[in-house]
Amino acid sequence: MEFLHALLIQPFADMVMEPAFFIETLVKGLMAGVLYSLVALGFVLIFKASGVFNFAQGVMALFAALTLTGLMELLEPSGMPKALIVILAIAATIVVMILLALIIERLVLRPLVNQELIILFMATLGLSYVLEGAGDLLWGSDVKVLDIGLPTDVWDINGVFIEQLDVTAAIAAGSLVAVLAVFFTKTRIGRALRAVADDHQAALSVGISLQQIWVIVWSVAGIVALVAGIMWGSKSGVQFSLSLIALKALPVLILGGFTSIPGAIIGGLIIGVGEKIVEVFWYSVHGGAVENWFAFMLALVFLMFRPQGLFGDKIIERV
Amino acid sequence: MAEAQTLESGESAAPSGYADTRTIGGPILSVENIVVKFGGVTAINDVSFDVREGEIRAIIGPNGAGKSSMLNVLNGFYKPRSGKINFAGQSFPAMDPYFAASNGIARTFQNIALFRGMSTLDNLMTGRMLKMKRNFFWQCLYFGPAQKEELENRAHVERVIDFLEIAALRRTPVGRLPYGLQKRVELGRALAMDPKILLLDEPMAGMNVEEKEDMSRFIIDVNEEFGTTVILIEHDMGVVMDLSDRVVVLDYGSKIADGTPDEVRANQDVIDAYLGVSHD
Repeated sequence: MEFLHALLIQPFADMVMEPAFFIETLVKGLMAGVLYSLVALGFVLIFKASGVFNFAQGVMALFAALTLTGLMELLEPSGMPKALIVILAIAATIVVMILLALIIERLVLRPLVNQELIILFMATLGLSYVLEGAGDLLWGSDVKVLDIGLPTDVWDINGVFIEQLDVTAAIAAGSLVAVLAVFFTKTRIGRALRAVADDHQAALSVGISLQQIWVIVWSVAGIVALVAGIMWGSKSGVQFSLSLIALKALPVLILGGFTSIPGAIIGGLIIGVGEKIVEVFWYSVHGGAVENWFAFMLALVFLMFRPQGLFGDKIIERV
Repeated sequence: MAEAQTLESGESAAPSGYADTRTIGGPILSVENIVVKFGGVTAINDVSFDVREGEIRAIIGPNGAGKSSMLNVLNGFYKPRSGKINFAGQSFPAMDPYFAASNGIARTFQNIALFRGMSTLDNLMTGRMLKMKRNFFWQCLYFGPAQKEELENRAHVERVIDFLEIAALRRTPVGRLPYGLQKRVELGRALAMDPKILLLDEPMAGMNVEEKEDMSRFIIDVNEEFGTTVILIEHDMGVVMDLSDRVVVLDYGSKIADGTPDEVRANQDVIDAYLGVSHD
């Protein structure tokens, strides 16, 4: 009885009794969710365009953040104003991510064209180790502080504490999604991306160059990774555990569907909110540390009842 | 292309009782001694033929004769082991899909290859890919020159939509369309490219009589109104004999006949290939 009470009644009572605390937890969860979404977004982009699950997406975020901090350290002694250094470093990092996309297309994707998807997946697994090693080699393995001048204050709205950094992350993610949505639906290149995602042969037959499209997709995924890297890095420092967020993005994708950009966002938010609320309000039931596995359990439930995710393409096989 | 000639009405494949006003030019595309092998299997064995500008050229043959492989050679999906492809005043050991598309070779597929998640309109707009030149930067900006270009190409696509009578399907995701209409949208995507040469891989496979008649009418209209050269693979002999000016017959990867529909029909090898004769 007591257990059922703790499971079914007490948490909800707590939520009602302390609305300010509930809202704060909710907002915290939403913001964590935004960060998951950012990583998941990179996965979705590449999966949509090439059907490849890019295991290296998390490491790409790490690599981008490492490059950004490294470049900022290099520029520091020049005595330029902070804002200029930040802008230069970000621009240079974007160039690096585009170069990376070119290299990946040339050295990894092109030789493996027309191979089984599982082989491409294994290649991205290898890529993640290469990138992690390269990041270590270039910029060292210390935990770095990433400060690009994002607001770090805390707003106090009637006892609800909201970090400005979280809000910035939400705005960044929101605008990124809006821009991507317009790009995908309204422009020629966006249409070409969707075409490649649907049918490689037909895309070739209308004169779409697969190589060009792959470079664009990986570049965009690299830039999304940079945004994710900046947000995570500003919040908790640039460290190699960043690459492990990639694993959290997996349940997000299963929830939202592998092919849906809105799915990635909403899946991320559900998992972010879910794990925070369960962690805090059901504490007496499970005794903590739920955050590490809650997302995966939720994904498992989804796999049983809705394997295509909330927004994914329904899997229908004609017999 | 210098010595343009008009086909005499006796040679024409057009249904009797209507005047053929088309001008058939010189060879626009030709293949010489093409060999295609997959591992140990020879799909195409030393095949040569030419296609004249403005004609409807059919490739026929029993299942597995190498017809689709031939089409894949023509638009660059398959690279031949040996042989030459002469096109656009040049000679190539193999075609490249991008080069083919940008030089006016459009195609449809035996098993419909549409962009299933996209609307009819978007599918047709992909056919305009190569006509839209604004670079990535302008695309990202979206407004301005890129938008103007988008509208111009949209106008062209609308003409194709009118021509194929698919105006009502503009916004429908093509995955939801019935089979016959999907085939028509696929033809539309190829037409949106403003092709000089149209490769059609079994455009009427799996269609009912009415749909076949519609499709035949579109093919004749495209050929007559726009002077588009058509290379056609088809199983329905009636359709082939009605539509085409000249016919290549393949069997087990080799060319066994080449000529007007009447010539081909009278050819003993062709009759044997279709009716089956013990090969000894």
